[in-house]
Amino acid sequence: MTLAVPPLNDGCPSGLAPPSPSESGDISAFVRQSGKLSRIDLAVRGAKCGGCLSKIETAVQALPGIETARLNLSNGRMAVSWTGALGANRIAETIRALGYGVAAYDTTTESSTAQKEERNLLIAMGVAGFAAANIMLLSVSVWGGVGEMGETTRTTMHAISGAIALPAVIFSGRHFFQSAWNALRNGHVNMDVPISLAVLLAFATSVYETLIGGQHAYFDACVMLLFFLLIGRFLDARLRRQAYGAAHELAALQARSATRIEASGEAKAVRAEDIVAGDRILLASGERAVVDMVVTEGTSEIDESLVSGESLPSLAAPGRKLFAGSVNLGQPLQGEAIAGASDSLLSDIAKMLEAGEQRKSAYRKIADRAVSLYVPFVHTTAALAFLSWWWLSGDVRTAVMIAVSTLIITCPCALALAAPVVQVVASGRLFKAGVYLKSGDALERLAGIDHIVFDKTGTLTLGNPTLVDTGLPAPLLDKAARLARASRHPLSRALVSAAGPGGIAANVTEHPGLGLEAEIDGTPCRLGSAEWVSIDQPPASNGPSIWFAEGDQTPVQLKFIDQPREDAADTLAALTARGLTMEILSGDKMQAVSTLARTLDVADWTGEATPQDKVNRLEALRDEGRKVLMIGDGLNDAGALSLAHASLAPGGAMDVSQAAADAVFSGGLGAIPEILNASQAARRAMLQNFGLAAAYNFIAVPIAVTGHVTPLIAAIAMSASSLVVTLNALRIAKPGKRSS
Amino acid sequence: MNVLIYLIPVAIGLGALGLMAFLWSVNSGQFDDPEGAASRILMDDDDRPAPKRLSD
Repeated sequence: MTLAVPPLNDGCPSGLAPPSPSESGDISAFVRQSGKLSRIDLAVRGAKCGGCLSKIETAVQALPGIETARLNLSNGRMAVSWTGALGANRIAETIRALGYGVAAYDTTTESSTAQKEERNLLIAMGVAGFAAANIMLLSVSVWGGVGEMGETTRTTMHAISGAIALPAVIFSGRHFFQSAWNALRNGHVNMDVPISLAVLLAFATSVYETLIGGQHAYFDACVMLLFFLLIGRFLDARLRRQAYGAAHELAALQARSATRIEASGEAKAVRAEDIVAGDRILLASGERAVVDMVVTEGTSEIDESLVSGESLPSLAAPGRKLFAGSVNLGQPLQGEAIAGASDSLLSDIAKMLEAGEQRKSAYRKIADRAVSLYVPFVHTTAALAFLSWWWLSGDVRTAVMIAVSTLIITCPCALALAAPVVQVVASGRLFKAGVYLKSGDALERLAGIDHIVFDKTGTLTLGNPTLVDTGLPAPLLDKAARLARASRHPLSRALVSAAGPGGIAANVTEHPGLGLEAEIDGTPCRLGSAEWVSIDQPPASNGPSIWFAEGDQTPVQLKFIDQPREDAADTLAALTARGLTMEILSGDKMQAVSTLARTLDVADWTGEATPQDKVNRLEALRDEGRKVLMIGDGLNDAGALSLAHASLAPGGAMDVSQAAADAVFSGGLGAIPEILNASQAARRAMLQNFGLAAAYNFIAVPIAVTGHVTPLIAAIAMSASSLVVTLNALRIAKPGKRSS
Repeated sequence: MNVLIYLIPVAIGLGALGLMAFLWSVNSGQFDDPEGAASRILMDDDDRPAPKRLSD
């Protein structure tokens, strides 16, 4: 087997994402057959650049019988089809060996509504753009020909414009009309009501003006309005779909399978959701439990770090309860499911997430607040303009024209672009810094935080133990590593990575909870706990340790620590300098947490916190009125992440936590100050944009209500305000010199 | 001014051609994976390296 894979080749070759932890699981239950062709959809984690794309596709295409293998880099889905006897697990194994996480993606759980909506908006935008450009072509000649163009020619131009505008307004405008109609029917008013009103009134008066041979038609304005608004809508839908896709990683995670032992004694791969309480489950080495279960046969060590935050594995013997999310590190275990997939711990956490999401949506976006001020203002102004002109001039036609031009010129193009453009630019800037932002309004929330809660294992620390260099001779380390290579225990892994590549001892036997044993060059060697090498009273140690004994020689102690990340101290100091307060909230042992808190100089810490404790702590902070940023990676943090005012998860985090967090960052804790910088710059730019839009209206409204707006002025004003807002948003594309 | 009778339909026709090309590209999924498409153009398909370390 290929155990000596150089770690440098793992994962993204550009280093945009860390290698994802490999876990095996039988995914053959998700293969769809059509004739000779087999198909499967996979969710690939950690693929970020063109190098990943070619690495993965080339490797998969080299497998026998592969027809197509195409990875979508934007959403991480990979569609594979093949003929012949190739197993789906072989494909997954190939991708996993390259250092990427892979899971079966159940296409039935995906709702494609969001994607359809995005595509419809894009098409609507294209149609509106086409119509706007062509009508503008005709309008420019009308504006240019004032005084020279005959009335017949002008009316013809208007008529052609109208003929182009009619289908465009119906097709592209229906998104706004529908939404406005729904809002009105329910007795509300939203942004789409003034938009629809402006577009429809402008269109209707233009048709009337064309029929009577009038001078001004607003066909260009009403289509251009739709075009600008649809750009904003499209960008917004795209950001929202990305967030939605990330949330659905959770569904992909649950689309796992398990090995069930049938009554006949035959082992069969089944989908997780088909398991009911009482089923007998086989948990192979390296596999993650998908349902809560009780061990009935076998002894092994299990890694519960993602469930509880506890960094060291514990022993699982018959009678022990395993929670969904635990990983079996040793021998295969048999167990009895005590709950179906929907009642397991993982689903409880999913429910916690939902509850958190609902609270989060109670946050009112800056854009929404702006709109609620704006809508009544515009309607009142337009109505007043109409009434006063009617009363003053007694001419309904003039009054209607002025009311319509007021509606058009105040129509919230700039307002509709103000937030989405800033969000797109800011998320692009963060993406370059290795941060994957999941929702646009997360930027606003991140900008407002005043307190940070850190998880310990995997967030502030590396999450896996490293060997402490105590001057051990290299040959001894090498021998110990030859034993350790046979085991999945985290301490064995740490030993192997310290020793570097090498061979593996023959006939290694693993004794769960004790250690490993094998003969090396004729000498029996043991690697494991103090008890395993017959040491009754091990010396006190402030971290985990294992012992190595060669023959009758005195056993040697190998010490490990879970080191804090290199940039942890600097980052925390930088965050303190910003005036933020912090605390550590961990599920790990008190001893481990207090050591780290001392090292990093954090006064406020809590250890041995259950997921519920974490949620309670976050709720307490919320009640105090603090705006909390939660940073965590484990399954046990997911609830807290979704409850916090804003949340971040490191790239190596558990899928669920990545789904729960507002943003996922790679490249170390150093990214956090940059995330805060970018989000504060974004909030500033957004407020400036709303300020600009307001200033624009302040100037435009008097011109409109006094009746000085011609279609030419309306077109220039609308484009100019949209352009100004967009340019202002582009200013934050690069990190600025100001670091407030 | 009679030339307008030809020129306006020609202009609109050209625009419509562009629109049709756009609709075709959206419907054929060319906007589904913008990041992947940006990277794919840099991939050398003709000298595909043999997959290392995998087929043993």
